[in-house]
Amino acid sequence: MSYGPANVIAFEFDLSLAARRSVASLYSHLVTRPTGRALRLGIESQIGELNACCLSVLDFTQVIVLDYSCADEAVAKLVQRYSGADRPNDVYFVARGLGEQHREPIEAVLSRHGLALAAELGGGGFVLLGAVSGDEHAAFVEVERARAANAVQIAASLGRQIDEMTDVLDVLAHRRVVLRQGDGRFLALSSLLEGR
Amino acid sequence: MKLVSLPASLDERTFDAVVRGFEGDPGERRLFDATHMRWADPYGMIGLLAVATVAGRSAEKPILRLPENPDVTSYMTRMGFFEHATDLFEIHGTRARARADGPSPVLLEITAIRSHGDVHTVVDLVNDRGMAILTQELKVPVREAFQFSVVLSEVCQNIIEHAETGGWVATQTYTWKKRLGGRRVVVIAVMDLGVGFKASLAGTHATRYPGRWSDATALEAAFLHGQTRFHDPGRGQGLQQIRKQVGRWNGRVSIRSGSARIADVPDWDDAQPLAQHLPFLEGAQIGIIIPGRIEEEVA
Repeated sequence: MSYGPANVIAFEFDLSLAARRSVASLYSHLVTRPTGRALRLGIESQIGELNACCLSVLDFTQVIVLDYSCADEAVAKLVQRYSGADRPNDVYFVARGLGEQHREPIEAVLSRHGLALAAELGGGGFVLLGAVSGDEHAAFVEVERARAANAVQIAASLGRQIDEMTDVLDVLAHRRVVLRQGDGRFLALSSLLEGR
Repeated sequence: MKLVSLPASLDERTFDAVVRGFEGDPGERRLFDATHMRWADPYGMIGLLAVATVAGRSAEKPILRLPENPDVTSYMTRMGFFEHATDLFEIHGTRARARADGPSPVLLEITAIRSHGDVHTVVDLVNDRGMAILTQELKVPVREAFQFSVVLSEVCQNIIEHAETGGWVATQTYTWKKRLGGRRVVVIAVMDLGVGFKASLAGTHATRYPGRWSDATALEAAFLHGQTRFHDPGRGQGLQQIRKQVGRWNGRVSIRSGSARIADVPDWDDAQPLAQHLPFLEGAQIGIIIPGRIEEEVA
C-alpha cells in the first residue's frame, strides 16, 4: 500500500499529558511498567478511534524522567504492535523532543525488540533509533535530507548500486520509518510534520 | 534468648556478620544489641529491618537495644528507621529526636515499596530534593542526575516484579573519611524478603545449569546475562541498565540473595565479584555506591 501526504492524518501525543489522562495522575516522570502499559493502551485507543492511516507523534518534550520499563511498554511495544502484518491500524510513529535522558532508554528497548523509530532530537534533526544497519541509517539520513527521493537518487547520493538501495529503502518502508509513495519515491516522515 | 551484637559500623561490609550472628534455633528470641554502634548506613538500617522481620516470624518479636550515642539514634530517626522498626522490634533505650541543624544529606528516608505507586513516590521525592545534592555536592552533570532516578526506579521495580512481596529502599550521601580520598558518595540500599533470585528463575533457567543450580548461578544468570523468569524479551533490562549506568559513574553495585553475593567491583573497592556460602538470608539485598566527581573529572 502506498500513501501521499494528503492521505495521512498527523496525530500528536504529548506523553506527559497522555500519561495524566491514561494513568489518572500527573506523571511527568514516566516510570514503571504499569504506567507505560496504561499510556500505550490510551494511545492505542485514540488511534483506533481515528480508523485511518495516521502519523502518531510521541512528544517527550515535557517528560523529565523515562525509565526502561516504561519505555519498553509505552514505546517498544507500541511500535511493535503496529509493525506486523496483523496491525489493527496503519500507523507511523515519530518521537519528538527527545533529550539525552530519553534517547538511551528508547534506543535500548527498541534494539532489544529489533525495532526502529524515527525521532526528532530536542536540538533539532531527525535520527533513526533502534536496531538499524549502517545502510539503513545512511539511506534514512538521505531521505530526510531530500524530504522525498527514489532509489536512483538515494543511490547516486550515497555512491551505491541502485538495486542495493532499492532493497534498503524497501526495508525502511516495511519498518515504517519512511513512507512509500505511489510514484516510487520515499517520503521522510518529518516532511509530514512541517508546518505543525 | 540469643544475643546478636551489632558492629560499630553497620553497613554492607559488616552485614554478613549480623546475618551469621542471627543463625541458630529460629524459635529462640533474638536481642540485637546496638549499644556500641556508632554508625549505620542505609544498607545497615534496612538490613536490620530485614533480619528483624525474619526473626519475628518464628519467634517472639526481637528486641533492639538502641545505641548509647544520641547522634546515632538521632540519625536513625532522621532516616525514618523507627517508623518501620516499631512494628518489628521491641525497642529498648532512648531515641534521640532528629536534629534540625544544617542541611540534610538525606536523599530518601527508608521507604516501603509495596506497589508501583510507591516507585512513583520515590522518583518524585528524589527529583524534588535530590537534584541539588547530586549536581552541586556530587558534581554529577544535570543530564546524568536524571539517570539516578532511573536507577532508583528500576531497582525498586525489581522488588515488585520479582520478589512477589514488599521491601524497602533508602538512599543517603556521605563523605567517606578513609576510602576514595574523602570523596562524597551516594549509597542506595534496596531489600526485600521475597522468593529470591534462585526461586524466581528456577522454573525457566534451572535446567540450563544441571546439578549446579544455586543462589550463585541464579545471580550470574540475572546479573551477568540479564535472564528473568519472563519470556518477554523486553524484560530483564533493568538490572543490565543499572550496571551500565553505575559503571559509568565508576560505582559499585552488588546483589546478595540467599547465600551468595555478586557485584560489579570498581578499582577503588576490594570486594569479591562473587561470594558464596554466605550466611543465608532470604530475598534480595541490593547495594549501590556511587562516588561523586572530583574537580579533574568534572573538567
